[in-house]
Amino acid sequence: MASKYISWGRYPHKEQEGIEFGWRTDPLPRQTNILPQGNARSYGDSCMNHKGLVVSTRHLNRFISFDPASGIIRCEAGVLFSQILDLVEPQGWFLPVTPGTKFVTIAGALANDVHGKNHHFAGTFGNHVNCFEVMRTDGERLLCSPTQNEGLFNATIGGLGLTGFITWVELRLKRIANSAISVETIKYPNLDEFFQLSEASDSRFEYTVAWIDCLAGGGSLGRGHFMRGNHATPTQAKPVGPKRALNVPFDPPLSLINKLSLKAFNQLYYHRQLRRSSIDVVNYEPFFYPLDSIGNWNRIYGPKGFLQYQFVAPMDTSLDVVSEALKLIAKNNAGSFLAVLKVFGDIKSPGLLSFPRPGATLALDFPYQANKTFSLFRQLDELVYQAKGAIYPAKDAHMKADHFTSYFPNLEQFKLHKDPGITSSFWQRVTGVQN
Amino acid sequence: MKNWIIVGATSAIAEATARVWAARGYKLFLVARNSDKLAIVKNDLEVRGAQQVGVFTMDANDIPNHQIMLDQAEAELGSVDGVLIAHGTLPDQVQCQNSVEKTLNELNTNAISIISLLTDVANRFEKQSKGDIAVISSVAGDRGRQSNYVYGTAKAAVSTFLQGLRNRLAKHGVHVLTIKPGFVDTPMTAEFDKGGPLWATPEKIAEGIVMSVDKQRNIVYLPWFWWGIMNIIRHIPEFIFKKLSL
Repeated sequence: MASKYISWGRYPHKEQEGIEFGWRTDPLPRQTNILPQGNARSYGDSCMNHKGLVVSTRHLNRFISFDPASGIIRCEAGVLFSQILDLVEPQGWFLPVTPGTKFVTIAGALANDVHGKNHHFAGTFGNHVNCFEVMRTDGERLLCSPTQNEGLFNATIGGLGLTGFITWVELRLKRIANSAISVETIKYPNLDEFFQLSEASDSRFEYTVAWIDCLAGGGSLGRGHFMRGNHATPTQAKPVGPKRALNVPFDPPLSLINKLSLKAFNQLYYHRQLRRSSIDVVNYEPFFYPLDSIGNWNRIYGPKGFLQYQFVAPMDTSLDVVSEALKLIAKNNAGSFLAVLKVFGDIKSPGLLSFPRPGATLALDFPYQANKTFSLFRQLDELVYQAKGAIYPAKDAHMKADHFTSYFPNLEQFKLHKDPGITSSFWQRVTGVQN
Repeated sequence: MKNWIIVGATSAIAEATARVWAARGYKLFLVARNSDKLAIVKNDLEVRGAQQVGVFTMDANDIPNHQIMLDQAEAELGSVDGVLIAHGTLPDQVQCQNSVEKTLNELNTNAISIISLLTDVANRFEKQSKGDIAVISSVAGDRGRQSNYVYGTAKAAVSTFLQGLRNRLAKHGVHVLTIKPGFVDTPMTAEFDKGGPLWATPEKIAEGIVMSVDKQRNIVYLPWFWWGIMNIIRHIPEFIFKKLSL
């Protein structure tokens, strides 16, 4: 039981008790202080409940209905995005919004109101949800939609599982002519150019994101590869996906991510493309899910795990905030394997605690190095807080209560809908209460 | 395209297997005790591509109902190409030791009900000179151990019965597959700590079942490494084995 309910970053270093929820007609366990959990792909402690129990939906993974004419699909909470894609992609449908892994559950995606490379174009996951059912710990089952139990609908989108147990979700899929992506990769020399590229691309390209070399400084600060793409035309050939998945079969005793390997990786990655721009038609899997082909990739950080830091800074200050953040990371001699930068659009999510908002978002991961990591995080926190930005709860294991309150101004309204029988380690940390 | 009856269709391994067959467009006839769960599984398999899904609510211990179920399956499916028997319980050994009634109930569910069903199915398949019989037995039937010998006894009976059936039906074009899973992470094993490399997912076991039916295997251990483990366990001399805590 020990490790299977631990979050993806494997920090905090604590055990987690859990049980499986098998049938959507079942009642919840008669116990308070539970937390629904999907595939535990959140990085920090938002999917953890160390003092209580997690109720896992990973066996609650059945389809309920799918209409290939309208693209409306209804599935149980634990159905993975990978399972949805396997079913609908051959029939000309696609996920309207997807994060960087397809191994998230549909209810987990809802509870974190996930975003993807098309945020500027499609908003968040919650923007595409028709309705869902929430089972409260008192046994009541509520159908939630924009017109029915609207308050609970808005609170549950991005509500981190705290408003009740989501039993099923109905989603509007996106019609596609081709799942392959026609992608242009532009090697850009500094942060200024990133923002120019982003502005020039977001109206013409459905998907945009940049990988940045977070070890480059000076005039090259923020340099990287800007990727912009659209679904390929119906006649363009569809390249095959990754064949045999690689796997990290065991924990290396130490993190394989260190200063040397980071430097080498970032240098090589930046220079792997010689030309300024290249255009390719690629399979959707490596485009959306580059790390999914390496099973258990979180193990490369060793048994102590890693932390993610993802923030958003409002548009008017984002250039400064991102530059400052990169400088701080360099000054602290830290660095990240995959640093991802994207500009969010202004489509508003119904979610009360939704993270995406207009501005630039930067995501980085750091091997766990105790105080060294947290001292850097505190400096980054100050920067984000002063800039009136926000930190993404799904990635977080450290943010302070007063910052959380400032990042999520709808918090008081959210609390009206929280289920008193549900709690999480995250919730206890950012509110200072037990449940 | 094939037509399969699945008994114990709401068990995790059966459900995972049915999903693979549904994606191939098979016609399925599902049998289980709980009609609500059956309806949920039927729905799912239809979405996944099953050409037709029938359901029949039955307790496997209700032996007179077996014929009625098989007749209805034949009527709905047209013809039956295969039967997967996947129902069962994992009894608490200590409770069984203290109760004759409990022990006999477990033997009924895990052996007698299966043997009754197989007797009917075998005669029908022999008559039509074709068919696949696939039954989930267990590694537990390979040697009696103090921790679960009531379950082991039932599974040993099933495995031996299947050997005889295979021998009898081979000349009639009927194929018999004995499936021996090791530890599987399902609701049936909810009481166990499931860490470690010996635990497999129902999806992994299902993959093995589908492949073994396709390749017409006779006896399979799933995952494969259980063949090695059980070979060692079977060959420990009894005078040593009786002192072990297994």
